[in-house]
Amino acid sequence: MALWAEITISLLLVIAGFFGFVGSFGLIRLKDAMSRLHAPTKATTLGVGSVLIASMLYFVTAQGQISAHELMISLFLFLTAPIVAHFIAKVHVHLHERPKSLPEPSVGTDWASFAAKTPARGVRRATPDTPAD
Amino acid sequence: MITYALIFAFACYGLALLLNLYRVMTGPELSDRILALDTMVINAIALLILYGILRSTAVYFEASMLFAMVGFISTVAYCRYLLRGGIIE
Repeated sequence: MALWAEITISLLLVIAGFFGFVGSFGLIRLKDAMSRLHAPTKATTLGVGSVLIASMLYFVTAQGQISAHELMISLFLFLTAPIVAHFIAKVHVHLHERPKSLPEPSVGTDWASFAAKTPARGVRRATPDTPAD
Repeated sequence: MITYALIFAFACYGLALLLNLYRVMTGPELSDRILALDTMVINAIALLILYGILRSTAVYFEASMLFAMVGFISTVAYCRYLLRGGIIE
C-alpha cells in the first residue's frame, strides 16, 4: 500500500475515534436533555462518516475493489439521523414540557405539537394548568 | 501505522459505548435513554466497520447495514410508543 494512502487512512481513523468519543462525552457532560440531543450528531456524521471513508479508501488501495456498501450505509445514516432527532425532541417536549414552559412562538400561533384537538389513545396530554415537571 | 490508528479508534469507540451505557442507566428522562440507545447503535456500527478493516473482509458491511436499519426502526418504535400509545395505528 502506498504511503499517502496509509497516512490518510490513519488520519481518518484517528479523527473518527476522536469524534466518536467526543459525541458520547457530550452525552454525559451536557446539562439538559435538549442540549444532550446535540452532542451525538457529531458521532454520527463526522465519526461514522470518517470510518466509512477510511474503509472505502482501504478496500480500494489494499485490495483494488471498489465497494458501494459504505456509501449505502452513510446515506442511510444521514437520512435517518434527522428523523430520529425529531422524534426524540418530540418525546421530550410532550413528556416533560408544557406550553407555558416553552418559549413563546410567533404572535397569534401556538406550538404545533400541542395543537392537536383529539388526543390519540394513551397519549399524555399537556394541559395549560398542570405545572411543568 | 493503520494498525495503531485502528487500536486508537477501537479504544475510543469502546469508551464511548461505556459512556452511553452510563447514560442509559442513569438518564433522568426517557428521551435521554432513547438517545443513548441510538448512539450505542451508531457506535456499534462504527466498531463493526473497524473490525472489517482489521480483518480486511467485506463480510461485516451487511451486518452493519442491518444494525443501522434495526437501530432506526427500534428508536422510532420507542418514540412512537411514548408519543401515541401504540406503534402501528
